[in-house]
Amino acid sequence: MDLFKVKLTINGKEVEAPVGSTILQAAESAGIEIPRLCYDPHLSSLGACRLCLVEVKGNRLLPASCVTPATDGMVVETESDAVVEARKTILELLVANHPLDCMTCDKMGACKLADYCYKYGVKDSPYIGVKHEYPLDDSNPFIIRDMNKCILCGACVRACEEMTGQDNLSYLYRGFNRKATTAGDVPYIESDCVFCGQCVAVCPTGALVEKSMSGKARRWEFDKVRTTCPFCGTGCNFDLAVKDGKVIGVLSTPEAPVNGQMLCVKGRFGWDFIYNEKRLTSPLIKKEGKFVEAGWDEAYQLIASKLNGIREQYGPDSFAALSSARCTNEENYLVQKLTRAHMGSNNVDHCART
Amino acid sequence: MTNPIYEITEEAELMLLIGTNATEAHPIIGYKMRQAARNGAKMIVCDPRRIDLVDEADYWLQIKPGTDIPLINGMMHIIIKEGLEDKKFIEERTENYEELKAIVENYPPEKAAALAGISVEDLYSVARLYATTDKAMIFYTLGITEHICGTRNVMSIANLAMLTGHIGRPGTGVCPMRGQNNVQGACDMGALPNVYPGYQAVTNPDIQQKYEQAWSTALPNKLGLKIPEMFEAAHEGKVKAMYILGENPVLTDPNSNHIREALEKLEFLVVQELFLTETAEYADVILPAASFAECDGTFTNTERRVQRVRKAIEPIPGQANWETICQMATHMGYPMSYHHPSEIWDEMASLTPSMAGINYGRLENSSLQWPCPTVEHPGTPFLHSGKFTRGLGSFQPSEHIPPGEMPDKEYPFLLSTGRILFHYNVTTPYSPGIASIWDKEMAEFHPLDAEKLGLNKDSKVKITSRRGEVISAIKITERVQPGMIWMSFHHTATPTNALTSDVLDPITGTGEYKVAAVKVEKL
Ligand code: SF4
Ligand code: SF4
Ligand code: SF4
Ligand code: FES
Repeated sequence: MDLFKVKLTINGKEVEAPVGSTILQAAESAGIEIPRLCYDPHLSSLGACRLCLVEVKGNRLLPASCVTPATDGMVVETESDAVVEARKTILELLVANHPLDCMTCDKMGACKLADYCYKYGVKDSPYIGVKHEYPLDDSNPFIIRDMNKCILCGACVRACEEMTGQDNLSYLYRGFNRKATTAGDVPYIESDCVFCGQCVAVCPTGALVEKSMSGKARRWEFDKVRTTCPFCGTGCNFDLAVKDGKVIGVLSTPEAPVNGQMLCVKGRFGWDFIYNEKRLTSPLIKKEGKFVEAGWDEAYQLIASKLNGIREQYGPDSFAALSSARCTNEENYLVQKLTRAHMGSNNVDHCART
Repeated sequence: MTNPIYEITEEAELMLLIGTNATEAHPIIGYKMRQAARNGAKMIVCDPRRIDLVDEADYWLQIKPGTDIPLINGMMHIIIKEGLEDKKFIEERTENYEELKAIVENYPPEKAAALAGISVEDLYSVARLYATTDKAMIFYTLGITEHICGTRNVMSIANLAMLTGHIGRPGTGVCPMRGQNNVQGACDMGALPNVYPGYQAVTNPDIQQKYEQAWSTALPNKLGLKIPEMFEAAHEGKVKAMYILGENPVLTDPNSNHIREALEKLEFLVVQELFLTETAEYADVILPAASFAECDGTFTNTERRVQRVRKAIEPIPGQANWETICQMATHMGYPMSYHHPSEIWDEMASLTPSMAGINYGRLENSSLQWPCPTVEHPGTPFLHSGKFTRGLGSFQPSEHIPPGEMPDKEYPFLLSTGRILFHYNVTTPYSPGIASIWDKEMAEFHPLDAEKLGLNKDSKVKITSRRGEVISAIKITERVQPGMIWMSFHHTATPTNALTSDVLDPITGTGEYKVAAVKVEKL
């Protein structure tokens, strides 16, 4: 017997998992996905939404699988009639207080609430009650907050505290008015927010969305291109969301080797410099003190005659190249090769500001 | 970095931060440090400024700018006096220990603490804590290197790590964090005046021969010029032409007026850039550059991790940067014909033993940390395990070297510079979202100084050094010490580097951005 493993049965399947695993983790390791809203493997477990409940033989209650340890000999059903019934009720209660404007919601396609409602056939709610009418918080350039769509899963609160350590969010008010928000319930721009966007990345609903992507595309309409952040030496990876040949946003991914879901404001929201209207689009040649647009060939010819001429006249070391700590390895390789092999000089360096 | 980033949260029991404001300059590393501290790892912050991580720290040593060496020498003095050094490590893996001992003997705790402006008790506490913690990592950035004694500072940090055997194991090591995204890569690729890719010396005849064969041409074996020397040579009329790719030295290098003059003197300047920067203004020809989203390639992060950059959209200027460089070279009579950046990488790797095992195929779904000599090699997360790259680790002790310029009667304030979260050198001001949050320079003043100068939060000031002047808005904050002003260098309207010192670290040529004397006038 392996002292570090537990053996249990999930949906009739023998499952082995490391001691200390929750039922949800044990199921996942056997390829059985249990619905969850508040659970995120990179955050502490809260056990708030109860959607992950399961049936455990011999237990009259339906425990939340994301916080219940798997034990030896346990017999678990994840989609029994009782479980499905209970999950439907939970979803109906959530939907009772949720705007059903999914047709225009920016998160559609990446909204877990909508996914599970689809899965369990929840269209509407028998529990019609008062709905919140919170104003939209689009006080800042990066994140739109629609607290009407919040299901109080607490993922944003935990991400802010446990990933970034900014502690900018917590729960205010009680009962029906309970709210996951900033201290003093002020808009993000007036809070201590550093706009890392971790809260957006983990939010399972349309309560938190990237402003740049709002109205641009449904979540299944864009391509994702995995790349490396151009802003600092940490080397975070993320996906560029690309629709119709244009970048519309950045999405973090748990698969990123250095940073996982985490990014900072620069990586997540700084990419829009690429569409700044001041971008240079054509070669420019200075004529009588003014820059004039030129064709590539004209520019190359001028460069070639001048640089080669100066090398002829004054020798190789009259040339120097400044390569770039912002550019790729391949570009840097080419610059030093050109300087050494063609200009005949080792005068190549890059910005000293390491 | 000798050790990987993930060890911050997975291994480290102690983090010693010297001159690094990680949550702003390297936010994800900073966030991980915060997580580690909250999970019980100890943290010591040595910084003249009250940076955010001070809130998480067990000790904050508010040292005077430019006193890192006395601080470290003082720690080593205590460690040796109390017998806390790692005798086995020193014996087996290092040399020149006697010289270290002799020099740090001159830094008894009282003297070292006085020089650094901290309490003797704190010096004892952090020395003991660092020496006696099994897994202790040191982090530093520009706060260490941007001094006249930058290289000496770096060596002193290495001395401290070797003295206590904090190197070559998980959760230990010395971690300089590189600022720009690909500083590591630019160095690795030989964009340096003394080495080919992989740090192979241009003066080594065997290496020279290897590259001459590969590139079928004769190559120079004389060391080239470092950046400050290039501009000096341009001043003197020795360098006549320059090609500048994606750098804006007028904004980012110290003493920018001097650089403007140098650029003016050039006969011919080519700049390849995204925007019409201050530097590009001096160009004779500007080639439009493509952004990271428009090019295939690789970046290498601060822990030597090579990762893919992927083209997501068509290049806005019509072609990727590597294509532009190839076409330019070809027109100059040096044909370069690659079909894809992977071919450029392969050529580089075939000539660079430490990266020979890395190729685009292996990078498709993962990343690799060099050294990675063969395609079977898994990469190297941490360096110096069992043996230093160059055999024995040599102690390189140093005496205290005061900053090249200190405040005096005429220029009574000490100006220090650095990065802020929302900015990354010179690109982020072009992000409309980020620019709207932080649209101007805000020089930081201590409340006492603000009161003396009659400043309030809406004041504007003129800040003048011996080299230039700028106008700036201000922020009144206890993050800085009285007598100190702190500024970033991201804003065109307030080009802070018009003020910074022209004193250089004689070894690296890095400017002393961290200390300059200035005076202030309320406007
Ligand atoms: S953006 Fe970051 S700092 Fe701001 S609330 Fe979200 S997680 Fe917290
Ligand atoms: S805002 Fe999103 S992440 Fe935060 S509690 Fe609401 S639903 Fe959960
Ligand atoms: S996301 Fe932030 S921390 Fe990560 S590489 Fe980019 S700038 Fe650096
Ligand atoms: S996912 Fe388990 S309680 Fe929410």
